[in-house]
Amino acid sequence: MVPLSHYLIVSSILFFIGVLGVLLRRNVIVVFMSVEIMLNAVNLSLIGFDRYLNQHDGQVFSFMVMAVAAAEVSVGLAIIISIFRKKPTINLDEFNLMKW
Amino acid sequence: MEQFIFYPLSLVCIVFAIGVIVNTSPISSAISLIGMMLGLAGLFVLLNAHLMAILQVLVYAGAIMVLFMFVIMLLNLKGDDEDWKSRGKNILLASLSGVFVITLLIKIIGDGFDSAVGKPAALSETFGTTAAVGELLFTDFVLPFEVASILLLVAMIGAVVLAKTKLN
Repeated sequence: MVPLSHYLIVSSILFFIGVLGVLLRRNVIVVFMSVEIMLNAVNLSLIGFDRYLNQHDGQVFSFMVMAVAAAEVSVGLAIIISIFRKKPTINLDEFNLMKW
Repeated sequence: MEQFIFYPLSLVCIVFAIGVIVNTSPISSAISLIGMMLGLAGLFVLLNAHLMAILQVLVYAGAIMVLFMFVIMLLNLKGDDEDWKSRGKNILLASLSGVFVITLLIKIIGDGFDSAVGKPAALSETFGTTAAVGELLFTDFVLPFEVASILLLVAMIGAVVLAKTKLN
């Protein structure tokens, strides 16, 4: 049996990779995908704890995370398309209309 | 037996996740992301969460990634070479979060964490089945479930409105 800590280690490494992608890439689509990596990493640790405590609550939580991720992706990609129509670029540094 | 599946699978997940952020072309990033999600579905099966594994493949690797692919193809993006130019503040933040992760890992590995959690609880026969998760979803979590349905409806309307060229 693999100990729980190994699942948590994999989860935190994946989360860190997602953080790196958000901070270092400037391609909007890739930044979006990095957010998905982070959500998936959290799902892994939720389900890992679930298995070790023999409960089902974490699976319901990760179900909710999936629902929110689906909503977020559909709205986010629609925003990207409508921005792209005004300004044909996907570089995040050029989207500074709402920057303070 | 379990570790012979766990370690290769998690290695595959991590390699594909790194592939997502180092690829210059968005389409290869998306394909790497699909690989990572399938690997994670394998880890969920290993944790006996069969429903979540199926949903991971259907919702993430299926629906969400098709949406990503669709938008990438629609926008006709070229890989831009200047993507990795250095931004001082963000690199500082990234190394700071790296330090956080390393301290977290040291804490998880070194602090007798596994002995505190102890052995995994004896697995009930219904663990991870659709019936067990669904029962919880429709009894204890029925309000969040309904709110999620409203959220999805709002997201659908929002996406249609945002992507439309002209509103009447």
